[in-house]
Amino acid sequence: MSKQVEDFDANLTGEEGQESPRSGWFKRIKKGILTGTHEKKEVPEGLWSKCPECGFICSSTELKENLFVCTKCSYHHRIGSEEYYQLLFDDNQFTLLFENIHSKDFLQFTDLKSYEKRLEDIWAKTDLKDSMRVAVGSINEQSVVIACMDFEFIGGSLGSVMGEKFSRAVDYCILNKLPYLVISKSGGARMMESAFSLMQLAKTSGKLSQLSDAKLPYISLLTNPTFGGISASFGMLGDLNIAEPGALIGFAGPRVIKETIKKDLPEGFQRSEFLLEHGFLDFIVSRKELKKKLTSVLRHFSN
Amino acid sequence: MPVNSKRQFLEFEKPIKDLIDTIEKYKYDSEKAKIDMSESIQRLEEELVEKRKEITQQLSSWQTVQLSRHPDRPYTLKYIEKMTTDFVELFGDRNVKDDKAMVGGFASIDGETVMIIGQQKGINTKTRQLRNFGMANPEGYRKALRLMKLAEKFNKPIITLIDTPGAYPGLEAEERGQGEAIARNIYEMIRLKVPVICVVIGEGASGGALGIGVGDRIFMMENTWYTVISPESCSSILWRSWDKKEIAADQLQLTANKMLGFGLIDGVIPEPSGGAHWNYDEAALNLKNYLKPIISELKTIASEERISQRIEKFGKMGFWSEEMSANEKNK
Ligand SMILES: [Zn+2]
Repeated sequence: MSKQVEDFDANLTGEEGQESPRSGWFKRIKKGILTGTHEKKEVPEGLWSKCPECGFICSSTELKENLFVCTKCSYHHRIGSEEYYQLLFDDNQFTLLFENIHSKDFLQFTDLKSYEKRLEDIWAKTDLKDSMRVAVGSINEQSVVIACMDFEFIGGSLGSVMGEKFSRAVDYCILNKLPYLVISKSGGARMMESAFSLMQLAKTSGKLSQLSDAKLPYISLLTNPTFGGISASFGMLGDLNIAEPGALIGFAGPRVIKETIKKDLPEGFQRSEFLLEHGFLDFIVSRKELKKKLTSVLRHFSN
Repeated sequence: MPVNSKRQFLEFEKPIKDLIDTIEKYKYDSEKAKIDMSESIQRLEEELVEKRKEITQQLSSWQTVQLSRHPDRPYTLKYIEKMTTDFVELFGDRNVKDDKAMVGGFASIDGETVMIIGQQKGINTKTRQLRNFGMANPEGYRKALRLMKLAEKFNKPIITLIDTPGAYPGLEAEERGQGEAIARNIYEMIRLKVPVICVVIGEGASGGALGIGVGDRIFMMENTWYTVISPESCSSILWRSWDKKEIAADQLQLTANKMLGFGLIDGVIPEPSGGAHWNYDEAALNLKNYLKPIISELKTIASEERISQRIEKFGKMGFWSEEMSANEKNK
């Protein structure tokens, strides 16, 4: 078990060197490679990947064709918003919303590096503007807004920009009478925004309250990992809370819990299956079944 | 409030301790030698008040954190005892158990019934354990929500007193859905039909604090802190060392005055000189006097209006820059 538990806290620092080997897959979303929303280069040939779960080695192309799910053990590799949009939206057709909102170092927060510098460094390396993107498109002809996190951007951390994009996405759903799907993947709050990041929990919950009053469905899909502020707010507030198999989901991170209780954590602790057994998930869905299952769900909501 | 001989002192409170020791010595000497030293003693006691004020006026961020954790500080039940009458404590979440780290019940503030809920810390080794150091489990948050819904049903204003180093990061807490419990509280609190006032009386750490921290007005007592993570944990994650807590506290800008400056809270409630632990009566009176006009004010607003103002209040929080680009006019 311990070998699987990565220290995702480290990703919240925004240091690339802290990323786990499995996150290497989406490094290819580099500046320049992605020119438009729909156009993207294939994964370079000749790259091989070792599954962190079972050690199975396959080519990048093979893995991509299998939706970044290990062909041997079904381990779900972590993917970014681009891959989810490609996987879910019909014909990979979608429109990104609110891409003009950027993070700002309002507090002039400096740890080992200034937040401003950190942001500039990340923007220089990737086309991502922040840790969440919002897009509108169709899933089997049913229109839907999908907000999806990118772990690559400071560990998918929840800051003001995510809070604002989330909120505008809700407004967009209400205005256009659309269902809302949020795909979470985050180490927690963005510490460099201090109390402002904490208040995003209340901000987003308030917006969900309005979405609920409008009787529009909200589906929360939790992927590996989803922790802290996300699980203590909109992550757990779905009309449906669903998850990918084997995803680590919780409030406190495993490292912190281990240090607190001074015991090893049981096998499978904080995995999707554990959450389902304890009654916190509506269902677990593999990535390969995701589009089909969401189609059914959306149909039930709209019928 | 502890008698002087039982007081505990933080390092930066040392000059206060020295003065108290001197006063005690003067008193002892004057009694023993039967000399009237009351003038000197009075001068020293005035000096003591000044010294207390002086020390709290120049605290670093980290020292504010330390003061908020002062072992002699008044906790939720102390404020309830001092500023209300007719307190009827209510227990349990009707599901798992009664969480001793979260307390609450009906109480009367000068004749008006309110629901008061807050985290509770212990005052000695035994009760600290019992109260789990003010770290609630999911059942604590669910207990709080149950009491809030009860208040809503009978149209009573709600006051929450926040004082927690965080929601408990335990195994059972995760099994019983710590994240869901806090999320549910935040969601429900923003929709409550009755006035809700939240006050940080000690530590306001992260989701554990916000889990009872969503209201129409948010206040902080003078020597408290409120932010997304404790300075220690922030130090360990961002600096990869436990030794940068002082710097982390500074960088997080977690003090009451900073929070007020950011517009994230609505006011700072003054504490007795030297901090709330020097005079429980005065601290509680300050809080009560602060709350009363606000409860009256909030009651004049229609509940639907109050709810939309609450959503808007939190909706405005955050900072970002926005390019006026051409392709973004969807809103
Ligand atoms: Zn595998």
